[in-house]
Amino acid sequence: MDTLKDMEKFKTLTSTYVPLPIENVDTDQIIPARFLKATTREGFGDNLFADWRYEKSGEPKTDFVLNNPTYSGEILVAGKNFGSGSSREHAAWAIAGYGFKVVVSSFFADIFRNNALNNGLLPVIVSEAFLTGLFENPPHATLTVNLEEQFIRNNENGKTESFDINPYKKECLLKGLDDIDFLLSNRDKIEEYEKSRPFVY
Amino acid sequence: MKTLFDKIWDAHVVTTVKDGPTQLYIDRHLCHEVTSPQAFSGLRARGLNVFRPEQTLLTADHNIPTTGQDKPIQDEVSRFQVDTLAKNAREFGLTYYGLRNSRNGIVHVIGPENGFTQPGMTIVCGDSHTSTHGAFGAIAFGIGTSEVEMVLSSQCVLQTRPKTMRVNFRGTLQQGVSAKDMALYMIWQLTTGGATGYFVEYAGEAIRNLTMEQRMTLCNLSIEMGARGGLIAPDETTYDYLREREFAPKGERWDKAMAYWKTLKSDDDAVFDKEVTFDASQIKPMITYGTNPGMGMPIDGSIPELSDIDEAGKISFEKSLKYMGFEPGQKLAGKPIDYVFLGSCTNGRIEDFRLFTQYVKGKKKAGNVTAWLVPGSWQVRRQIEAEGLDKILEEAGFELRQPGCSACLAMNDDKVPAGKYAVSTSNRNFEGRQGPGARTILASPLVAAAAAVSGKITAP
Ligand code: SF4
Repeated sequence: MDTLKDMEKFKTLTSTYVPLPIENVDTDQIIPARFLKATTREGFGDNLFADWRYEKSGEPKTDFVLNNPTYSGEILVAGKNFGSGSSREHAAWAIAGYGFKVVVSSFFADIFRNNALNNGLLPVIVSEAFLTGLFENPPHATLTVNLEEQFIRNNENGKTESFDINPYKKECLLKGLDDIDFLLSNRDKIEEYEKSRPFVY
Repeated sequence: MKTLFDKIWDAHVVTTVKDGPTQLYIDRHLCHEVTSPQAFSGLRARGLNVFRPEQTLLTADHNIPTTGQDKPIQDEVSRFQVDTLAKNAREFGLTYYGLRNSRNGIVHVIGPENGFTQPGMTIVCGDSHTSTHGAFGAIAFGIGTSEVEMVLSSQCVLQTRPKTMRVNFRGTLQQGVSAKDMALYMIWQLTTGGATGYFVEYAGEAIRNLTMEQRMTLCNLSIEMGARGGLIAPDETTYDYLREREFAPKGERWDKAMAYWKTLKSDDDAVFDKEVTFDASQIKPMITYGTNPGMGMPIDGSIPELSDIDEAGKISFEKSLKYMGFEPGQKLAGKPIDYVFLGSCTNGRIEDFRLFTQYVKGKKKAGNVTAWLVPGSWQVRRQIEAEGLDKILEEAGFELRQPGCSACLAMNDDKVPAGKYAVSTSNRNFEGRQGPGARTILASPLVAAAAAVSGKITAP
């Protein structure tokens, strides 16, 4: 099925992570426009970071971190201002489709953050210092992300930070719930609003 | 003591989720072929209809060719995506301006030109440059596909209330400086993340003097500094533009609407979360040198030195210049270029074509330049022809293409080849945005015109 119904519940995760110490990673890098021709949500993970990841010939570029066997895991750690640019939800689908469950950065673009949350992908905002610590860790270091208690821990040095998340969104993620269910259950309120609109001309 | 943003927002709150977002009612929804198919499949999977079909308008723009639109689309995957939109329009009973429809065009061009976009409204579309419609004094913002599905099924979205910011432009613009330069200047000053979390209102003398086309250009680019959207209080310029347009209210309804629209301005004592002021008379024609719209400079300026960049930004800065083939400290004036793109929802309206044409009139396109002139809609193209601009362009060696997003995101065949330099009036200079390896220099229609006839980066 093509809806968020299959969104997994998220509670806590400990995993190695993939570091991407680049700032301003925009949605055109996450998923270039030429891959937006699909009419389903599937398959975008294969083209995540396509232009950084593959040669023109389709061969993997060995110097890109996703092609480096040293790094793997369900967490992506990226430089400041991640996900700027277009509103394409395909960016979130590509990251989730690749197998990431969490993206960590010190700053996210607004629409990307929304799109991620709507797809069960948790964006975690950390301080610059915490982020730098993650980029300085040796390979195979792990991170723990606990949504219920809203903290993230660098298991290499034990440093822990709490992170913010909207309580409603947190509830949705913990329960695997979906905004559309909520809106549909509210239809009488919507109709009531329509009758009382201040500026119907 | 409310801001314009507060007034419109408050009038659209259906309810507020406890500890959560606001359920916001949406007056107008625009849809295109790229970000909607998964939303329609979602409706089908849930067995739902479109809740308010008359409030949604569909167009095909992102993924269409800009020549031979009378023939079936060659690229099979693109054709399927456009056909899927037509099928969704049919099955769900929605108005659709498909290919060969006289009203077809870029989603943010057709909304305003048909009067679908009006002051005081909430407007969304699965495209970040929805901020364009804010030029009419509307709350307009881009949404993701899950949210497209929410609007189709309930005419609502869930949103956290953004903070408010006012950007004042004092004084008067110099000759040859346009809204595009104002925007590139502002994003350069405030950076691409400088307005993240904010909804921006543009105000001041220089804003009031802008035409509707120019206001749309400025609001369009709000998103490039991270803003949720940008808006401008409506005034006579707005009403003059709107009157008589297809979907605009008529007769008594127009008078009622006007009475409401006139209340749409920030109160004198309204307080913004952030306020900045620029002196419009200081702005020069702008270009970008890097791979985000914040990497801008005056056309006669030079690229920053590495020592000017803070430590954390150095890797990105060097990566960006390497991609562009530029050096720190380099001046770009006089640099030869290969492509010129006039078009997109940023600068693909009639006034942009008038400016471009005025400049190239009696001159010749440079031999080393490939120029793509792509009107934002069929109405724009017909207006170009009605004013005889196409003849002038032709004499100068230019050819007009058919409307669409074209090289703005290069989903169709209009791709700038790897390593080539393009002076573009569009909105994004991201790596690969105009084709894999393409090097984009953002500029105004006038700077693009000067580049097209001189073959280099030239002050107009
Ligand atoms: S012209 Fe460019 S920015 Fe505008 S709607 Fe089309 S793709 Fe998006």
